Amino acid sequence: MPEPIIKVENLVKKYGQLVAVDNISFNVNQGEIFGFLGPNGAGKTTTINILCTLARPTAGKATLNGFDVVHQQNQVRHSIGLVFQDSSLDDRLTGLHNLRFHAMVYNVPAPARNERIEQVLNMVDLWDKRNKFVRTYSGGMKRRLELARGLLHYPKVLFLDEPTLGLDPQTRNHIWEYVLELRKREGTTVFLTTHYMDEAEKASRIAIIDQGKLVAMDTPAKLKRMVGQDIITVRTDDNTKAAEEIKSRYQTAVRKDGDQLSFNVDNGEEFLPVFIKESGIKIASISLRRPTLEDVFLKLTGREIREEEVGDSIKEHLRQRGGGRMPH
Amino acid sequence: MNNLIGVYTIWYRDILRFWYDKARMLSALLFPVFFLFIFGSGLQRSIGPMGGGVDFIQFMYPGIIGMSVLMGSFMSGVSVVWDREFGFLKEVLVAPISRISVALGRTLGAATVATIQGIMILVLAPVIKVSLSIWIVLALLPLMFLLAASMGSLGILLASRIKSTEAFQAIMQMLMFPMIFLSGVFFPMQDLPGWMSFIVKINPASYGVAAIRGLVLGSPPDSPFTIYLFGHAMTIWENVIVMAAFGFIMVILAMWSFGRQE
Repeated sequence: MPEPIIKVENLVKKYGQLVAVDNISFNVNQGEIFGFLGPNGAGKTTTINILCTLARPTAGKATLNGFDVVHQQNQVRHSIGLVFQDSSLDDRLTGLHNLRFHAMVYNVPAPARNERIEQVLNMVDLWDKRNKFVRTYSGGMKRRLELARGLLHYPKVLFLDEPTLGLDPQTRNHIWEYVLELRKREGTTVFLTTHYMDEAEKASRIAIIDQGKLVAMDTPAKLKRMVGQDIITVRTDDNTKAAEEIKSRYQTAVRKDGDQLSFNVDNGEEFLPVFIKESGIKIASISLRRPTLEDVFLKLTGREIREEEVGDSIKEHLRQRGGGRMPH
Repeated sequence: MNNLIGVYTIWYRDILRFWYDKARMLSALLFPVFFLFIFGSGLQRSIGPMGGGVDFIQFMYPGIIGMSVLMGSFMSGVSVVWDREFGFLKEVLVAPISRISVALGRTLGAATVATIQGIMILVLAPVIKVSLSIWIVLALLPLMFLLAASMGSLGILLASRIKSTEAFQAIMQMLMFPMIFLSGVFFPMQDLPGWMSFIVKINPASYGVAAIRGLVLGSPPDSPFTIYLFGHAMTIWENVIVMAAFGFIMVILAMWSFGRQE
């Protein structure tokens, strides 16, 4: 087992009275996609900022690629690539300029520079647009350019902070193709925050943070199992009789839910055909629902992951994009 | 080594942005020209000769050079704040180069751009009948650069502390206009009311403007445009030393402050 690429020990960050990160510890293994979820204000961004050397921890220790995030900032910065939810491009310059600057400050050797720029631009399908000013790019193109830039210096760890927020499904799929391909080819570790549950599903492991504390950390499958069993919902001709029958036959609590009945079972996919065959109940409709990461999140944090947050951050996003800001 | 590349990259970006921003270039040229010709032509008659054999427009001209350098370099502070607002600052702050080299690169970039803006005003010399020898122009370059670097790092110092664009612009205007108006751009510094004379003398920009004026209009010992500090007539070199001392402190403070921000 190789050394973990990120090691976080008893990390604390306080802003005055406010404890943003409250003594958290975790490891991220080399080559994994590590999902970092939590409601807004839970401490996600603060933790990422500490790992990226943008903020200093109040207490505790974190290393990345073997380097201390406080005392070996430059080595840490060389080891990471970043794609933030808010653009960090220079939109008064062209896509090519943005990448050139990045290659220069990250010390990509001059002979390799142009070749690598071409490679990453081709990967995100922006080679043809390289001489256009970034302010003329669409939101999706900007994000793709940021991804290309984040990958330019072959980082060990790629931080993706809401990388696809506000993008259309097609662009989201594209971006994920690039990320997954890169991970396969280069063994890049991906540190991901997202509000999209289908993206979180791609993670090898997920940590959930709430009010500055780590409340769970496991594989998506195990997290879902933690929430509970599969849920079967049926509608029958005679719900009262059916409820009796299910109760006595399977020793499980049955909930009445309008004109439907629902109950929990282990391993619902195998249970379903047996249930339909052997119970004498006349079934009008039946459905099986497995717990989702959404349920996990709801149970652990008491909040829906999407709702207010995505709503708010998209609004925030649009405001920042559109809001009539005249730069000069 | 890497930090040198960092300084260079940050500097180069400023130059490139200026090059692509034709509107900014045009306004950098037009704004001082408006001042020079509208103020100048309007007041020329009523003011009459300024002494030392120059008329009002000729008197104002070196001041206007100083003004365009000042304004140009202040703008770089604004661009630090814009970078924060538009997110690019984050890319700079997580780059593997020291904050100090970022601040230094910005200061040099600001100074270069402002010096170019000053040079653009130099082109007007023949129009207002001021003769500039090649040597004077060559001496003006480092002088403008010094003035610009001092004011540019003041802007960067403020920008690293003041996070909101609105607040920054408000403070810049409160600072920039008094600094320009009370630096001897538009009137000679002698025979001013006491309070005004005091402000002019503690305004570091005055010494930059005085040095430029001394170079452009010549500085005989009895020149009516000299700054008197404690009864001592400041020579060009002394003005430069005051400017350089101020600039040195500002650059150090800007690098320190920029390095500490989170």
